[in-house]
Amino acid sequence: MKQIPAPLWTLTVGVVVTVISFWVGYNHGFLPEQASAQAPLVDDFFNIMMVIGTALFLVVEGAIVYCMIQFRRRKGDDSDGLPIEGNLPLEAFWTAIPAVIVIGLGIYSVQVFQEMGGFSPGGLEHDHGMMIAQAHTGAMGGVSEDTPDTPEARQQLAKAVYGFGASIDNEGRSADLEVNVSGMQYAWIFTYPDTGIVDGELHVPVDADVQLNISAQDVIHSFWVPQFRLKQDAIPGKDTELRFVATKPGTYPVVCAELCGGYHGAMRTQVIVHTPEDFQAWVDQRVAQAPMSVDAIAQNPADLSDSDYLAPYETALGVDARLVAQLSQASADDIINP
Amino acid sequence: MAQANLTDRGAGNFSVHHHPEKWKWYDYFTFNVDHKVIGIQYLVTSFAFYLIGGLMALAMRAELATPNSDLLDPNLYNAFLTNHGTIMIFLWIVPGAIGGFGNYLVPLMIGARDMAFPKLNALAFWVTIPAGALLLGSFFFGGAQAGWTSYPPLSLITANTAQSMWILAIVFAGTSSILGAVNFIITIWKMRVPSMDWDQLPLFCWAILATSILALFSTPVLAAGLVLLLFDINFGTSFFKPDAGGDVVMYQHLFWFYSHPAVYLMILPIFGIMSEVIPVHARKPIFGYKAIAYSSLTICLVGLFVWVHHMFTSGTPPWMRMFFTVSTLIVAVPTGVKIFSWVATLWGGKIRYTSAMLFAIGLLVMFVLGGLSGVTLGTAPVDIHVHDTYYVVAHFHYVLFGGSVFGIYAGFYHWFPKITGHYLNEGLGKLHFVLTFIGTNLTFLPMHQLGLQGMPRRVAMYDPQFQTINQICTFGAFLLGVSVLPFLINAIWSWSRGAKAGGNPWDAKTLEWTTDSPPAIENWEVLPVVTQGPYAYGEEHLTVE
Repeated sequence: MKQIPAPLWTLTVGVVVTVISFWVGYNHGFLPEQASAQAPLVDDFFNIMMVIGTALFLVVEGAIVYCMIQFRRRKGDDSDGLPIEGNLPLEAFWTAIPAVIVIGLGIYSVQVFQEMGGFSPGGLEHDHGMMIAQAHTGAMGGVSEDTPDTPEARQQLAKAVYGFGASIDNEGRSADLEVNVSGMQYAWIFTYPDTGIVDGELHVPVDADVQLNISAQDVIHSFWVPQFRLKQDAIPGKDTELRFVATKPGTYPVVCAELCGGYHGAMRTQVIVHTPEDFQAWVDQRVAQAPMSVDAIAQNPADLSDSDYLAPYETALGVDARLVAQLSQASADDIINP
Repeated sequence: MAQANLTDRGAGNFSVHHHPEKWKWYDYFTFNVDHKVIGIQYLVTSFAFYLIGGLMALAMRAELATPNSDLLDPNLYNAFLTNHGTIMIFLWIVPGAIGGFGNYLVPLMIGARDMAFPKLNALAFWVTIPAGALLLGSFFFGGAQAGWTSYPPLSLITANTAQSMWILAIVFAGTSSILGAVNFIITIWKMRVPSMDWDQLPLFCWAILATSILALFSTPVLAAGLVLLLFDINFGTSFFKPDAGGDVVMYQHLFWFYSHPAVYLMILPIFGIMSEVIPVHARKPIFGYKAIAYSSLTICLVGLFVWVHHMFTSGTPPWMRMFFTVSTLIVAVPTGVKIFSWVATLWGGKIRYTSAMLFAIGLLVMFVLGGLSGVTLGTAPVDIHVHDTYYVVAHFHYVLFGGSVFGIYAGFYHWFPKITGHYLNEGLGKLHFVLTFIGTNLTFLPMHQLGLQGMPRRVAMYDPQFQTINQICTFGAFLLGVSVLPFLINAIWSWSRGAKAGGNPWDAKTLEWTTDSPPAIENWEVLPVVTQGPYAYGEEHLTVE
């Protein structure tokens, strides 16, 4: 029957596997630096799965290699192995253990998701981590003022926005800074509604609760900052949002993660996380810089051609404004006359 | 003896067919209704598409050797990535594993003379031909470029003709899948030799049964989604046009409702192959027959309720992201049961390191990693970070290349003597295994790191910091390309000149080994009678004790 290893042997293997698994789980170095309040939450979760995963990997692969060596056919032996057809306690054991592990991971992931703000996009208040939008008299982030202030209307509105809302600490408060993000082939345009600044790069102050209202002009894009561990698709016809707190000043890539056409790989820009003073300086400079940009804001953008609209931001976007306009025109034509 | 040819119980049910003693070579190019001919047609055709899809992958890896887009036109690159995925799924693994091995083996394993509906069976094969022709032909119109997922609005505005051809191709392939599924379910349900109980049904047949049920439920939904997309492109409807009130996320639901189960369509038959190959070459009964059979059905059922994990960053509400996190994680349990059962089958065996067994163990080794990365991907918080990155590419290639392709190779080496009457050369087979195993890990292992660190998938240009790792992947991919050569040479040469194999070269216990190699046109002169289970190895120990 089954060979049962000596308890001492099992203990040694167990200790070694545990030590290696914990070491790998917390030293794998696969994840980029953490630059948002959400990043440590995601990383802690990932690392725990790395610990469990490494342990399971070592045990299963170890068992396979052991079998391959121990139970290889010896020369001249044409007989069969032992007719073991099953072992109910053993099978129950290896059904129950993974079941317990995945249920544990499931519960943990709900908690992490909640702490990240996953339950409150569009100002949706989470209620004991459940999905029901709860009417509440407090101020709600992301709800515009002209909305009728009834629970039904809020619920209606909350339903229509997807993504990540306020993290638990900031719940019920509106964001410190709102930025409208628009994805188009193959650029991101960031508009600051409070100041009228329009830019091809995202500038945010460190430690501020920032809300991105994400939309797409042509096809689906996906806004991803690897150092923030956050990603949200920009979907034509749907409102999505991403709310985050950047925790480390610096410059990080903004990557489009959803296939959006031939130059998808080139649809990149950056997010610059400033100290609060630097950010204010940047805002002041941008507002003071060009009265022209104020004009452009004063005009109805719909009256402008795409290339006129984009011309001031040509350098910032790093793309040729006319080319972008043509591309989006071509896309629009295709939609109308396929 | 495992089975004795006692009486011809089923013979009376079969009207006399007028067929030749043996099929000529040209019969393999006709609308032939013999399940074995159709099985070979599927296997050879799908392997040809595997080579075509593989060349597309090599072109992409060559492009990715440098960060800039300097080899392929970016639109051609996207056409390659779209068609690489489409061909590998719809024209290689699904028709190869289900159509090829399923057709060839299921009737032989259950003691039937053919499938329940032979003409439907032939039809199912022949509709895959226009599917392939449409995909290849679409390159004259630029090729579909919206990825194998073909999300609108991108798919609505890019290469319309090619995209329409792509849709029709998938509808043809899906039709084939549905026809095949009906046929398998009825065949396994009704045509088992009367002496075979359900618990004597080989696990490969259980796997094909589960696969067929899954295909039957999910494929029509994909077809519906794609037909709506076709209408949007060509007939002015606006189901998925956001500016005309359409909903692009609805497409994603329709698409993934099929396409996640499609993953199980591609791995369940492979699990079936594993459960046949491992006991034979380990010389032991399969460990936990019932657990393996039921876990196939569990995966089939749970697999229908996990599709939104592909959409965690899309327009999905929080409750959906959480519900589908949990349902996805549950799939790990029945999958784990299978893995553990196979390892336990090795335990105490007398393992013969044939090429078939090497590929099966290789699968086991790599699938563990693919399964573990799958658990991390199934949880929404981590998926938010790694969705649509190379981490996903790494994961599904470990499952579909390290898993499905290795399984198909294990099946080739195991059943080639049955199909042709000749062994494959073992030396070349081992060379093939070593090259493929190293190539697979070299290509796909580093991709985990790429994705975690920030490289999105489906890009022709990337951040220069990722160049070194990408070059390792490219080197591995070319090694994989080379690894096919020993197999091709081996298969072509051995088909007619390999060492002669008898009816039961591996001394196996399932019914397909009770007839000649290759089997006669109606499989048996006299139908076999089942007297023991399909994995009754080691009986001599019982008689001795």
